[in-house]
Parts: sequence; structure tokens; C-alpha cells
Amino acid sequence: MSKTTSKDYVLFDINTKAFVYGYQTNAIQRMLDFDYICNRPAPSISAIINPSRAGIHKAFWGSKEITLPMYRTISLAAKAYPQADVMVNFASHRSAYETTMEALAEKSIRIVAVIAEGVPERQSRIMSATARKQGKIILGPATVGGMTAGAFRIGNTAGTIENIIASKLYRPGCVGFVSKSGGMLNEAFNIISRNSDGIYEGVAIGGDRNPGSTMLDHILRYEANPAIKMVACLGELGGEDEYKIIKALKDGRISKPLVAWVTGTCSPFLPASVQFGHAGAKADSHKETAQAKNDAFREAGAYVPTSFDGYGDEIRKVYEMLLAKGVVSKFVEPEVPKIPMDYGLALASGDIRKPTTFICTVSDDSGDEVLYAGKKLSSVLEDKMGIGGVIGLLWFKKELPNYAAGFIELVLQIVADHGPAVSGAHNAIVASCAGKDLVSSLCSGLLTIGPRFGGAIDDAAREFKHAKEAGMMPEQFVNEMKKKGINIPGIGHKIKSVKNPDKRVQLLISYARANFPSTKLLNYALQVEELTTAKKGNLILNVDGCIGILFLDLMSSCGAFSKAEIDEVVRLGYLNGLFALGRSIGLIGHILDQKRLGSRLYRHPTEDIAYMMPSSEDIKCKR
Amino acid sequence: MAQRGIREFDAKRLLARFLPEYLNEFSYKGDLALVGPETDLEEMTSNHPWLKTARLAVKPDQLFGKRGKHGLVLLDANWDQAKKYLEENMGAEVAVGGITGRLSHFLVESFIPHEEELYVAISSEGDGDNIYFSMQGGVNVEDNWDKIVHFHIDVLAGMDGVDIRSRLPEGLGEKSTAIENFVKALWRFYAETGFSYLEINPFTFHNGIIVPLDMVAKLDDAEEYWQRKRWAGLTFPEPFGRSLSKEELFIKDIDSKTGASLKLTILNPEGRIWTMVAGGGASVIYADTICDLGFAREMANYGEYSGDPNTEETYYYTKTILDLMTRHKDPRGKVLLIGGAIANFTDVAKTFKGVVMALEEYQHKLQEAGVKIYVRRGGPHYEQGLKLMRDLGKKLGVPIEVYGPETHMTRIVPLALEGASQ
Repeated sequence: MSKTTSKDYVLFDINTKAFVYGYQTNAIQRMLDFDYICNRPAPSISAIINPSRAGIHKAFWGSKEITLPMYRTISLAAKAYPQADVMVNFASHRSAYETTMEALAEKSIRIVAVIAEGVPERQSRIMSATARKQGKIILGPATVGGMTAGAFRIGNTAGTIENIIASKLYRPGCVGFVSKSGGMLNEAFNIISRNSDGIYEGVAIGGDRNPGSTMLDHILRYEANPAIKMVACLGELGGEDEYKIIKALKDGRISKPLVAWVTGTCSPFLPASVQFGHAGAKADSHKETAQAKNDAFREAGAYVPTSFDGYGDEIRKVYEMLLAKGVVSKFVEPEVPKIPMDYGLALASGDIRKPTTFICTVSDDSGDEVLYAGKKLSSVLEDKMGIGGVIGLLWFKKELPNYAAGFIELVLQIVADHGPAVSGAHNAIVASCAGKDLVSSLCSGLLTIGPRFGGAIDDAAREFKHAKEAGMMPEQFVNEMKKKGINIPGIGHKIKSVKNPDKRVQLLISYARANFPSTKLLNYALQVEELTTAKKGNLILNVDGCIGILFLDLMSSCGAFSKAEIDEVVRLGYLNGLFALGRSIGLIGHILDQKRLGSRLYRHPTEDIAYMMPSSEDIKCKR
Repeated sequence: MAQRGIREFDAKRLLARFLPEYLNEFSYKGDLALVGPETDLEEMTSNHPWLKTARLAVKPDQLFGKRGKHGLVLLDANWDQAKKYLEENMGAEVAVGGITGRLSHFLVESFIPHEEELYVAISSEGDGDNIYFSMQGGVNVEDNWDKIVHFHIDVLAGMDGVDIRSRLPEGLGEKSTAIENFVKALWRFYAETGFSYLEINPFTFHNGIIVPLDMVAKLDDAEEYWQRKRWAGLTFPEPFGRSLSKEELFIKDIDSKTGASLKLTILNPEGRIWTMVAGGGASVIYADTICDLGFAREMANYGEYSGDPNTEETYYYTKTILDLMTRHKDPRGKVLLIGGAIANFTDVAKTFKGVVMALEEYQHKLQEAGVKIYVRRGGPHYEQGLKLMRDLGKKLGVPIEVYGPETHMTRIVPLALEGASQ
């Protein structure tokens, strides 16, 4: 489509626009950083194609943040950005083929770089033949890609920003480079920048047996491009690709000086079965050996060192020859642009520091395995700590003795439910019947927990603890509260009484008596209960009070808590948490029950409401 | 990921099982049994009752050819003879094409008396597949190469428009139709079963049905994901004569469990030059340079690690190499090259952490063996990585020379070898 240059030998220029297939946030940022240090007028990425999410992606342009659009399909992206003619394809080896074929079917996409390793040979060959038929170009598969200095990079090509600056890739040199190996691309950029004025363009075609484009394809583009004065290539044993280059050298299709080296000269010394790093790197005949290819290159007039060790020297020799001939000239180096350091990297390297916003002392998910108060989850399970033990770790940061963990579990079981009529369950049921979801209905129920419903555990603990520690006799405590006009928290029940005792309270007391080292506060509370029940039969120690008081007995007698810690537990209101947690079990049951039953919207019957309107006189404003 | 040879047993099994999906009349039964070192021969006969009744052919099935010429094929035998042959030859050492190895796997199948030997092979290249057919098949097919008919199947167009029939040799007579259908079906089977090479030499007509007598095949192992149903139960054996050492198996096992790549081949356990190079491309170049400088015989191993291995993986990789290289003493000392190109995204500091851990653990053994270490690397966090190595050099009591991207990638090879040649 409309590119600033329509010349076929140009892969990328400063106005190239691309799609990135796959949500590769690091590679995307690396591409944008490269654009930025090249002083490109605008980012090179038009859009990201992410099959699992459409929307936007936020990234940096220098130190400023920008957004990139994200599409689910290639065709939607291509429709929206017809000027983008490159797709950097990060699809896995399982989907590289279909996504590449899809991209080739878009008229506007001219170049596809296929990063995935392990694409089957037949799929590679079909992609390659399809592209050729359409006059399009495939780079890869199994490559990091390539780049045009000062203009455009594919994904992770050329590595870190420091490396790009060290190899002067932010501005063009005069050397066109092509290799099979993507892993050697950086090294070649480094060698070339140290021995000439640097890279104009560098491409790795990928180490597979049937790459989408050949080394010769790219060398012929370099030959046609007047900005490129010399060519360097790095071949590999196996295949006959290099002979196509040699033939082009011989018949004059390549006239620019070519520095060549074919790796794999060690293969005659290795057992035949050793497979080198690349799938295509295996010589099936003498002609395919590195030695034979290097000799053929030399004979055809290429500059060939005696080993890779001399590759840089050979490049220097050719570059200096071109300088002497005046084919290339030295230029004034542009200022090295700066890119702000990435926050994560700077932090990891210890160059910067920043105060944290949160502190967490309860659990840690930053390692291999989550820690509960420093204890590995697997050891929590091995030690069979149970829910009580986990609450000990996550709420109190202590490994509680077994009987204490057992008490917590007993409390949770006891408070788990108390029928549909109590405030919490009623509210949850009404919300569930109104069609609210599980979590909303649960919240509706939990919101009723407070001073009058279930929330008296902390208050009871606090008042009884205070009275006992102040040395008040039970009578004195009862009188004091009466004087203040406050009902003693933890005392009194709507229906339970001395004659109709609360079974739950009995269970708690018998567990404590059997297991706790001491139940001093309970004994005190029972003396208070004797006084209150003498006044009225239902002024019994209720379940909230009993839990709060026994928890204090537990903490002060088990030896795991200091006095300051016990004060803190009471002050911060830990103990209502036990009720909220336990009762959630029952609330969820009620909510699901209504849903299962298909209950309809609940409307309270009007006959159950006393409508008592103020008279018109009552509401008049009296001046 | 590459083309890998498979056993003749598996190649014939695939053919018998899946070719009929493309060719109804293909009724080769595929009576085949694979005998390995652990195979219980009695049990095998109960799974394959034909073994006791049919005339049998027995041959080694270990990815090497010319078995007949080496006298390793038993033909027209009954079960007792086959059993005796198997018992005698299992574990025997033989030399084939200059490679010595032990026989460990045999194919047992029905013996087919025949006169006619036909040849068909399919191979793949960039723009398509090549099918070769000849009426003069058998061991001397290469001598009759001019009799071979070649068909090119375009990678996009496929079999459409390819005229097989009119180009088949006239001598086939009424078998032409059968051959045409067989070749067409075989190509589709080849393309859709993940093959990258297939040769049936020879095949014959037995009672009017096509029967493969000898088969060689390679699969493209990158197809595994698509072929997992057809390839079920298939293995890729190591090439003949090559059994992996304990250490090579250990690295192979780690390699199979990680997204990174870890490879190790031991060439000469008593060699003095050991390499630990990052990257598939760079590792070849280091090995090249050692050979180019005339030290091929001293090169102890070939291998590479890449794809951002974690600290633990580089620790085990290094430890394995250090253990191997400190076993044999050499009065001239040894050299370890920890090399690599400038990485794209592998974290150099992180990978070197594991290397350092292993070097510390082997401090005394390294000193005793007179090891000198040369390091060269670049890439993300390389400064920290190189500093780790320099600091280690100061306290380890083992000489470590450390270089970064300012030094040519392979320069440490001559530096190290000049030392080693003294």
C-alpha cells in the first residue's frame, strides 16, 4: 500500500508501520524504544493483534505513555490500518502457520516475520511458496527477525537498548548483513560496528531447513540498494543455499564486495550423528560441508577469513578499501539519544529506590511457593494444621497449639448457621430472592453483623476483661453497667434462658474446661450470669459473650500471647471476624438454597406492617 | 527440531495402518514384531501367533542400511531358527560403514518370496516433493539411476495435474494402474503423516497385492503436535553406534523438562579443551575455531545452552561438565571455555549465577586438574555477570580470564589454546 518509498529492495524505512501478532509486551516496548532513539516521527506499531482481547495497550514513548489499539483478528487490524505492511508474528509454533497464511491473504501486508521455532517443514514450505507467488516476503520461521538501522526493528532483534547504542544501530551504516542464525545477529552487529561504519540492515532468515526467504533474496536486495556499499553473510553447513549466492557472485548479479563465512567447519571432526543447534545444520554430502562452501565462496571472489576469528578483520579490510576508493566516506556521528531506564530494570540493578506503599506481614506469594506467615503452604498441609491452624498463621501469625486451633474450628462450626430467621440469613435470603448474585447476597447478610447481631464478641471480651482487670466484684460490674444504662454485651438472649439453655454455650464451655489450662474469665462471667439471671431468666451468658470470654482465657493461658498482644486483639476487633467467617458458611448455604429452589422476589406482606402516617397537621412547618 | 530417522518397524506399521485410508485396495497386513533387549520371545509369540506358522525374515532395525551386504539378514526361516538367530545376535558388536555398535533391535516379519523388485522414494525440498520410481529396485538401484522416473509435486498445487500414468515405464503392463494409485496414495500418506523422507526399496507384488520389503523413513519431529494420534507409541531411536552416556542422558532429561535448551555431546572424555557455550549458532563457531586452530583431537565435548535457562539448570549443566573434565588428570592441564555471543534476551547475570555455584563447589578438583577458565559473553546484565566471574577468579584460586563484547567472540579460543599448547 502507500509507503513513502515503493522500492522493492526496501524492507523497512523510518515510516514503516507494523502489526505485532501476540501480546508480547516486552518486545512491543523494545520496538517503541528503538523507534524513539531513532527519532522516528511516530511509533512503528500500528496495532497489536491479540486473539483473546480487544481494546488498548499502554506503553512508553520515551518517558511519555501512549496507547496502542488491540484487535482480535488480523483482518480487523488490516482494515483499520491499511498503511501497515509488516506483521511481526509471535504466534506459537502451533498457530504460526495459520496466522501467517491469514496475514498473507491481506493485500496490505507485504512482510511477515515468523518468530516461532519448531514450525513443521511442510507448513514452512507452503508459507514460503505462497509468499513468493504474491511477491511478498517471509522472514523466518525460527528467527529473532531483523532490523534496519535508524528505522525499524522486529521484536527483540538487537537485544537491549544498551547493545543497540553500543553497536550504533540508531543510525544507518553502509553494511548489509544476513545470517541464518538469529542468535548470532547481535554478535554480527557488534563485529560490524567495530570494524566499519556499521549496519544498514541486518536480517536473520532462521535456522530451519526451509526458511521463508533465502540469504540470496536479501543479498540481492542489498545489491539493489544504493545506500548499501558492502555485504556480509554468515552461512551454515547443510543445504545448498550458499551455492545460490556463489552462483550470483559468479554471474555478476552481486557486484558489491561480499564478506562470507560458513560455520560448521568442526563437523568432520564430530560423530555424524551430532545435530547442531539448528534444524537445517546438517551436511548430507561433501558439497554441503562448511569447508566446501567456504572454498567455493573464496573461489568466486568473496572475502573469506580462515576462521570466524578473522571475520571482523575481513570486514575492516573491505571497509577500509571502500574508504580509500571514496565509495564510502566518514560522517559526523549524530548525538547518542537517550532512553529513560525501565523502572523494573533500574530497581533490579539497585540504581534507584522507592518507598513501598504497602507492608505485608501475613503471606508472601513472591517466591516459588506461597508462604503463610513465613510457613510454606506445603508444610501447612503436611503438618495437617487445618482451618484453625491457618487462621492462627494468617490472623495471629502464630503456630497455635492443637487445642487452640481446635477451639477456633469449634467456634466456626458453632456459629456457622442459626436458621433463616436471624438478621443475617434473612437479609441474604431476601437479596438472593431479588436475583442478586452469590457475593452480593453474602455481603447483604454480612452487613447486618454488628452490635446487635453477632458482633458482640469483641464488646463482651472488652467489657469483661476490663472489669476483671480493674478488680471489680461481679456485683460491682453489674451495678456499674446498670448505672451507665448499658446492657452488658454478651449477656442476654431473645429466646434462650436458664430453663431453655443454649446448647452452643454448653458445648463451648465443656471444650474449654477439658482443654484450656485455665478459664478464669469464664468463671468470672458465670458469676456475673448468676446475678443477671436472678433478675431475668433470659439474661444468660450468650454465645457471643461466651466465645469472646473463652478466647481471652485461651490467649492468656496458652502461653503464645503477650499481654500487649491480647490487648491488641481486643482493641482491633479480631474476634468478630470469627463470627463473620463462620456465619458466611451458613449464609452461602441459604443463598444457594433460594437459588436452587427458584424462589421469586420476596415482598413483605402488607398486613404485617402497621402503616401509621403522620396527619397533615403533623407535617406542616410550624413557623 | 529436525528430521529424525524412525525404525523400519514403525515405518511399516504406519504404512499398514494408515495407507488404506488413501488406498482401499492396499491390503498389506503389516505382520511385524520388534524385538528389543528386554523382549520376552515366548510372550511375543502369544501376541503374534503368525510367528509360529509363517516363514520369517529377521533383520536389525537400528537406522542403518546395507544389512544384507553385511550378512545380518535371516531369510525364509521358521520360528525356531529365527529365535536362535535372535538369541545369538542380540547384543553382538558389529561394524557398519565404519561405525561400531551393538545390535539391540530386530524386526521380525513374514518372509515374502519374490522376483520383482520395485523402487519408490519420496523426499522434500523447498518448493515441493520429489517422487522417484523404478522397476529396477533392490540393492543396486543406484547403478540403474537412469531408469528412474522422477515426478515433482509442487508444494502448493499438490498432486492435481500431475500425470503419473503416462510416464510410468511401459514394462509395467497391466500393473500400471495399481502403481499409479499406489504412488498417488503414498504421497498423500507421506504429506499427511509428517514424513520428510520415505523409501521403499524394494517392494513387490505378492499374490497381486503390493508388499513393502524394505523401508527407510524420516519424520519431521516438529509435526508431533499434529501427528500425536498417528504417531502414538513411536520413538526416535539414537543413531546406530551411539549410546548416550549417563551424563548425556542426564542433560537430555533436563532439556526435555524445560523451555530452555540444554545439549551435551561428549567427544573425547580425556580431551583437554572443554566448552560451555551459550547459543546454537555460537556453539558451532567455538567448536569450529578450536578445529580451525588444529585442536580438534583435544576437543572434549560439543554442546550448548540457550533460551534463558534458569540458575538451577545452568548449575546442573556446569556441574556435569566440571565433573567430567576433572576425572582424568593431564600433566599439561585443561581449559574451560565459557563462551557466547551477545544474547538477545537471555539474562547473563542469572545464568552465570548457576555457573558460579558449580565452580565454587568444584574449587579443589579444578585446582588439582590444573584448569584454566576463559569467559566471553554479552547481552542483558552482562556487566553484572562478568563481575561475578571476575570476583570468583580472585577467591577461587583457579585462573579465570573474563572478556565482554569489546573482545571478538572467539578470541578466547586462541588465548586459551596458546596456553594449552605450551
